[in-house]
Order: sequence, then structure tokens, then C-alpha cells
Amino acid sequence: MIEARSLSKRFHDKKRGQICAVENVSFTCQPGSIYGLLGANGAGKTTTLRMLATILEPSDGTALVFGHDIIEYPEKVRANIGFLSTATALYPRLTAQEMVEYFGRLNGLDEATLKKRIDDIFNRLDMNSFRDRRCDKLSTGMKQKTSIARTLVHDPPVMIFDEPTLGLDIMAARTIVAFIRECRQAGKTVILSTHVMSEVEKLCDVIGIIHNGALLAEGTPTQLREKYQEKDLEEIFVRIVTTHVARPVPAEAS
Amino acid sequence: MSARNIAIVYRKELLEALRDRRTLISTILVPILLFPILTVGVGFVVAGLIEEADREPARIMILGGTDSPGIVSSLAKSKNLIVVAEPANYVELISNKKIRAAVEIPPGLESSAGTDYSPVKIYMYSGDLKSTTAAKRIEEFFNDYRDNLARDRLKAQKLPASFLKPFDIQQKNVVSEEKVAGETVGGIISYLVIIMCLTGAMYPAMDLTAGEKERATMETILSSPISRTHLVLGKFLLVLTASLVTAALSVTSMGVSSWVFQHFQDQSSGSAIHIKIGLGAVLSVFLVALPLAVMFSAALLTIALFAKSYKEAQSYISPLMVVVIVPAVAAMLPGVELTPRLSLVPILNVSLLCKDLIAGTYHWNSIALIFLSTSLYAGAAIFIAIKMFQRESVLFRS
Repeated sequence: MIEARSLSKRFHDKKRGQICAVENVSFTCQPGSIYGLLGANGAGKTTTLRMLATILEPSDGTALVFGHDIIEYPEKVRANIGFLSTATALYPRLTAQEMVEYFGRLNGLDEATLKKRIDDIFNRLDMNSFRDRRCDKLSTGMKQKTSIARTLVHDPPVMIFDEPTLGLDIMAARTIVAFIRECRQAGKTVILSTHVMSEVEKLCDVIGIIHNGALLAEGTPTQLREKYQEKDLEEIFVRIVTTHVARPVPAEAS
Repeated sequence: MSARNIAIVYRKELLEALRDRRTLISTILVPILLFPILTVGVGFVVAGLIEEADREPARIMILGGTDSPGIVSSLAKSKNLIVVAEPANYVELISNKKIRAAVEIPPGLESSAGTDYSPVKIYMYSGDLKSTTAAKRIEEFFNDYRDNLARDRLKAQKLPASFLKPFDIQQKNVVSEEKVAGETVGGIISYLVIIMCLTGAMYPAMDLTAGEKERATMETILSSPISRTHLVLGKFLLVLTASLVTAALSVTSMGVSSWVFQHFQDQSSGSAIHIKIGLGAVLSVFLVALPLAVMFSAALLTIALFAKSYKEAQSYISPLMVVVIVPAVAAMLPGVELTPRLSLVPILNVSLLCKDLIAGTYHWNSIALIFLSTSLYAGAAIFIAIKMFQRESVLFRS
């Protein structure tokens, strides 16, 4: 489970001064379901997910990921998550197998368990034909599969996907979408950020609409449709976002 | 668990480095090839040029000398000199390298029996090898002529040849070959070790930080459970390895190249300056350079981490070369000796100490002080590198 509690993140920019990327965001993601964080570019999706993955530290608030506080136990949090984004590239000079082995070892797997898990994942994702090929020689689809294998090697109970299909062709994107569904079926807690409405409709059990760093609305697709008396999720999103007036950044923030 | 994680990162970085052509070139190939090319290659080319200048007859011009036909005739007959009889402007001819030198014979040189001679003047192109060689030959000719004249005059006065030169002066080296090595090549070796420790660490440091940001793998590794301290230590150890390997290969390559060059010189000329550098001295130099390599590796990692790309990292790191070269070169200057105050100046202290070590001089107080102070600087550099890896503003600079 993921439980975000009043998460806020402020950055200092030389030209623009204090920037509030995320402000007071709270939500809960349940195991066996997919939570979709929906927002435009710059809405605060990536910052929120990076805080959950303990890559960034919150300025205020905290979150529990699989029962571990992200501020107090960041390493335990990272041991229980699989984080996949377009910014999580592969090491070009490692082979697909070496890449996955590296992350398996960093996750504390012993060699026997690691071998078993890699064989299992490589068979499942049909990766045996390129397991000894260097990552810089892989096609986009092969790279996606290797990234998936990297996030799965330690069998984490929580999966965090930051715009996972951004820039991918249809086939590669389908692989990712299928993988996200499999994670839900396996009972994992899944959080996904996207601005692609079709992805939200296909995948998400709960949607959180984020804009200017604030979570403006939350609910299942049905709940949102009922509340806004509108069938089209895109229309709902636009209505919520355009009626929202950005709040000023707190002056005392650091 | 921590040592295991550091080892995992180190092993992976090593594997990637060994597969990276640019790292292999800067860490292994350049230090191996640089010195054979510099010493053997350039050495043989220079030796060849000198030999050619020695062999080639030099065109010279005689100014005056009409009343000294014997001298002019002997000069014209002397080996490796061709006398050109053009009445042209000798300065222009020497400048244009049409002739190599000109000699002005004062009036009455041959006929005069007196003692009041005007000097014989040799005009030449300073710095030009062939002109210098020609001037030397002319000078040798007139030295012989003067010696013969003096000898004849002594004989006429029934005086022995030793009358003008009652005793000889001899210089003799009384110190060991190690000490000679310390004074002659100690400075260069120290400089080399220091510079190579730096250059060997430069490329890996940039590749493991700015390169990782550029390839978008930084976020991948930061999402794994490894702590940032262990991550930076694993990376640091790889940079340190590259630094030490480069320095070791450079010194080995320089030693082998110098030996080969000296061996050939011995065979061809039968004489050479004999210097000796003991294995113990070289190992001591490496031991002293170790904290310096640690300091360089950590400092380079920290600086390169600020950059968003490899190119940006290069522009940050290049000025560092000057900061390192100046104290390293200062140690080579004559008269710069190790003092307690200089023992605390980073880089310069190690450079001066290495010179002493190669000379076989072990001042244990200085060694301890320099080792401790450099270790302290190195520790501070590692601490800063670890702190920088914790800073989001550095890792995610935009």
C-alpha cells in the first residue's frame, strides 16, 4: 500500500525564486489496484513519484510505502518498490542479463536466488534471445523488456510508473500496458503517472487529478463521471483544471 | 552489507570501464605509448638530426685573410668545411641558411710574430643546429692553430708544453647513482606521477557522474536500495583504480623506454650518464602518491557531478589541470627544497617528497607530516563528494 500524507516539495530557482512543485498532496493506493496520477506536463506528477521512490526528499509531509516511512527508512522503501520511467535508462555497456543481475544484487539477492529469478523473468518476458547482448545494441522493445525485468528482479510489492509509455511506439507501449495489468493481477500496489487519457481509461482503478502541484480531484472513473455529470474523462479533466486558480506559494517555505 | 554493496558497484563500474574504448585509451593506451614515443621516438629523431648535422659538410665564408694564405688554405682543406668565395652579404646568407657560418680572420694573423692579435670572429645563426656545428668546427680549427702556435713558440724558447698548463682540473661525482637520479630525473618522475594520477582519474570521474546523468541512468541507480554513500564510494574506488593504474603504467613505460634509449645510446656512443632508481624508491613514491590520488579522485568526482553533461564536466575540470600543474612544476625548479611549511602545501609537498625519495633520502618527519596532511585533504575530499551525492540540487540540476 502507498499512503501519501500532505506531501509537498519546493525548489529554489535562481530566476524564478521559490517554486512549489507539489503542495499538500494526500492519497492512498491499495494493493491489487492501479492508481493513476493524471496531469499535464509540469503538474507535479514526476516530483510526487520521485518523492514516493525516495529519489527526492519532501519539503513537508511524508508517505508510507509498504509500511515504511519514506523519510525515515528510504532504503527499505526502495527495496520494496520497482520504479520505471523514461528517465530510468539502461547502462549501455552492460548486457541485458548483467543489467538485471546488477539490480538483483543491489537488492540483496543471493546468487542462487538471483539466477533462478532471472531465468524465470527472461523466460516469461521472452528475453533469452538477447540476454547476452549489450543494452546499447537493443531495440526499443528489448530495452523496455530489460527495464521491466530490472524492476521485477526483486519481486517488489509496490510498482511506481512515471509516464512509462512516453515516446514509445505502439508495440512497445502495449508491452508496458500489459505488464502494468500483470502487476495488478499479481496483487501489487501500482501507481502510474500519465497525461494520456486512453491509458487512464484502460488501466486505472482510481484517478487523482493533479494540477500546479495540487491534487484537485480523486475517485474511480465512475465516481468522477457521476460527480461531474460527464462521460468523457478528458472533458472532466479539462473542466477541473481550467476552473482551478493557482494558490500563491507560501513565503516561509524553504 | 555495506562493503558488499560498494563491491557490487565497483565491479559493475569496472566492467563498464573495461568495455569503454575512451576509458581504455586514456587509462591504459596513452600512458603505455606516450613515453616510448617521447623518449625512443623523439630521442632517435633528435639523435638522427644531430648525426646528420655532424656528417654533413658545412658551407662557410671567410672574411679577410688575404695576408694569411696558409690559414685560408688549411681551412679550405679541413674536413667537413666547404669554403664559399662569394662576396655577398654574409649576414643575409647566414639568415637564409645559404651558408652555415662565416669567419673573420684579423689582418696579420699568420705573419705577425707579436702578441697583440685582434680576435678571430665567427658569425653564426644561434639556435640553428647546423650553424652551431659549423661554428664549432671553425672554432676547433682555430683552437688547434693557436695551440700549435703556442707549442712552437714554447719550443723556440726551450720551454716544456706544460709551461702554459701546469696542472689539470677534474670534477668527480661523490654521491650515489640514486642521488644523481633524484636530482636529474626525480623532479620529472614526481611530476609525471602526479599528473598521471590526475589525468587517469579524469575521464572515469566524468563518465561515472556527468556521463551517468547524460545517459539518464542516474535515476535508475538512485531508485535502487543502495545508499548514496555506498554508491559514491563504489564509484570513487573505480576512479582511484584508474588513477593509480595510469600512474603505474606511465612510470613503468617511462622506465622501460629510458632503459631502451640509454642502452642504444651506450652502444652507439659508448658513454652516457648513469642513473639508478631503485624499486623501493618507486614503491615509496607510489605510497606517498596514494593519498594524493585519493584526493584527486574524490575532487574530480565532486566537480564532475555538478555538470549535466560530459561536455560541461570537461569545461569544469580543465582549469583543475592548471591548479595541479603549477605546484607540480614548482617542485622541479632549482632551489625549491622541502621545508616544514611547504610540507603542508598540497601537491607541492608530495612532489618535493617524491624527489627526495627517488634520491634515496628519507626524512621520516617530513614523510609522516606529508602523508598525514595529504590523507587529511583526501578524507575531506571524499567527505565533500559523499555530501554532494546527497544533494538533490546537484544530482538533479536543471
